[in-house]
Amino acid sequence: MEFASLSLFNQAIILFAALALFMSFIMLAQARMMPLIFTFAWQGLLLTVVSVLVAITSGHPELHISAAITFCLKVVVIPWLLYRLSVKLNMQYDAEAITHPTLLLLGGVALVIFSYHVSQSIVHLSGLATRNTIAVSMAIELLGMLLMIARKSAVAQVIGFMSMESGIFFAAVVSTYGMPLIVELGLAFDILVASILFGVFFFHLKDSFGSLNVGQFNRLSEANQSMPTADAAAPAPGEHA
Amino acid sequence: MDSQLIEWVLAAAQGLLFIAAAPLLAGWLQRVKCHLQNREAPSVWQPYRNLSKLMGKRMVLAENASWLFRATPYIVFGATLLAAAVVPLVAVHLPTAAIADMIVLVAFFALGRFFTALAGLDIGTAFGGMGASREMMVGALAEPAMLMAVFTLSMTANTTNLSVATEYLLHAGLVLRPSFLFALLALAMVAVAESSRVPVDNPATHLELTMLHEAMILEYGGRHLALIEWASQIKLMIYSVFIIDLYLPLGIATDLGAKSLAIGVVAVTAKLMGLAVLLVVWETVLAKMRLFRVPQFLGFAFMLSLLGMLTHVVLETGI
Repeated sequence: MEFASLSLFNQAIILFAALALFMSFIMLAQARMMPLIFTFAWQGLLLTVVSVLVAITSGHPELHISAAITFCLKVVVIPWLLYRLSVKLNMQYDAEAITHPTLLLLGGVALVIFSYHVSQSIVHLSGLATRNTIAVSMAIELLGMLLMIARKSAVAQVIGFMSMESGIFFAAVVSTYGMPLIVELGLAFDILVASILFGVFFFHLKDSFGSLNVGQFNRLSEANQSMPTADAAAPAPGEHA
Repeated sequence: MDSQLIEWVLAAAQGLLFIAAAPLLAGWLQRVKCHLQNREAPSVWQPYRNLSKLMGKRMVLAENASWLFRATPYIVFGATLLAAAVVPLVAVHLPTAAIADMIVLVAFFALGRFFTALAGLDIGTAFGGMGASREMMVGALAEPAMLMAVFTLSMTANTTNLSVATEYLLHAGLVLRPSFLFALLALAMVAVAESSRVPVDNPATHLELTMLHEAMILEYGGRHLALIEWASQIKLMIYSVFIIDLYLPLGIATDLGAKSLAIGVVAVTAKLMGLAVLLVVWETVLAKMRLFRVPQFLGFAFMLSLLGMLTHVVLETGI
């Protein structure tokens, strides 16, 4: 069947799915903290739109509820929590140096190809018009993981984690029209608790290391010692061994 | 036989209109930009005056300039002219559109760029060599992105011929293809880089360290400079019309009646004016980026077109 013969709603679902994937790529390329959080919120908004559209086309009204949950959590609460945290930690204008940005993006493209290849066998089992987006949801998940691997900043890693969860939710929506509501509520609650816990962790990390850069965590410091000074920040040769 | 003759005449007329209108587009761009930045705007005919002034000037050639330096303006202008003949401006299905497809269009630009870079090196000045190396860097990064975007579009339209693809898209109506969106973004980024606009290059300055395109043609004057500037105005117009043809083909003439041709002219004028306003807004809100960030910019464009290709394969086939 041709793409053009799908209804406009189904075309819109696919378009917004592709845009959500694009947001994952933007997150990979985005070095600054505030735009990273906003991009995450945009991705949440796109996923909300996709689930509303799926709810309309498939006639599953309960998907409206999960869309509402997604909207509340991923567009409002979690970005707001992260925003507030980065303002409190005075790092809202921070930018981290991404090593090999283009290589990272090409790695992301390779992950998309990989998830397409993997999802081929699942796609045959499904009869839904949106089944092709399963590969996209898997790619969003893997790209979140790549973000966690590639970034040093703890906030970026948390965003990668959240975006992995978005990918799982998205996969559920497009492949089986949503998980059972109880599972979805549980997941949403987990994510909420996780984001609050992460916030507490951020403060502790900032206190004990003076930075949220996970690359510096091998620099152990005793609890009663004074804060590391500027000379101590540059590790002596061989210290990493 | 008779209708074939008319077709050829129309094709030639379209080509002439293309090269005649290109300075007007540049003038319009300049005017809108000045208005947006609260400056006194020159007339839209100013590029024509500049060109005729340069045409009338005596030529000054460096002593060590070889034939390459003298031939380059004509080669560049000729390649751009051929490229302009391929792009349907007012009507599709003109005989010149069958000369070449979109891949050859990219090659025409590459030919022009190659000779401009050679001419920049030929004269042996520092700026020429610097500009040539920078231009080749931008070209080497922009070309794969452009080609990948073209492939994405032609996979949907099942052709690489621009005229046929335009007609296909005209009849396809509204289809929300994600691959087209990504390819559009990539094409826009490549077009900005290739036609030396902000943020990759600033065509309005001759500041030593930031020049890309201008550094290569610094030694040119008179008729040669006029041809090169005209060619770059045509190039900007080709990219604009290329994007318009593929994304907003509405109104382009599919038959050769006087009425549909008139509609085609009006439609393409309105669309070009609109696109120029968009370009001006883009140029006004962005600052020129550092040269070393250009690879990242174009790498992102390549990633976008690659993503367009992937979404086409993943999402738009096998439904």
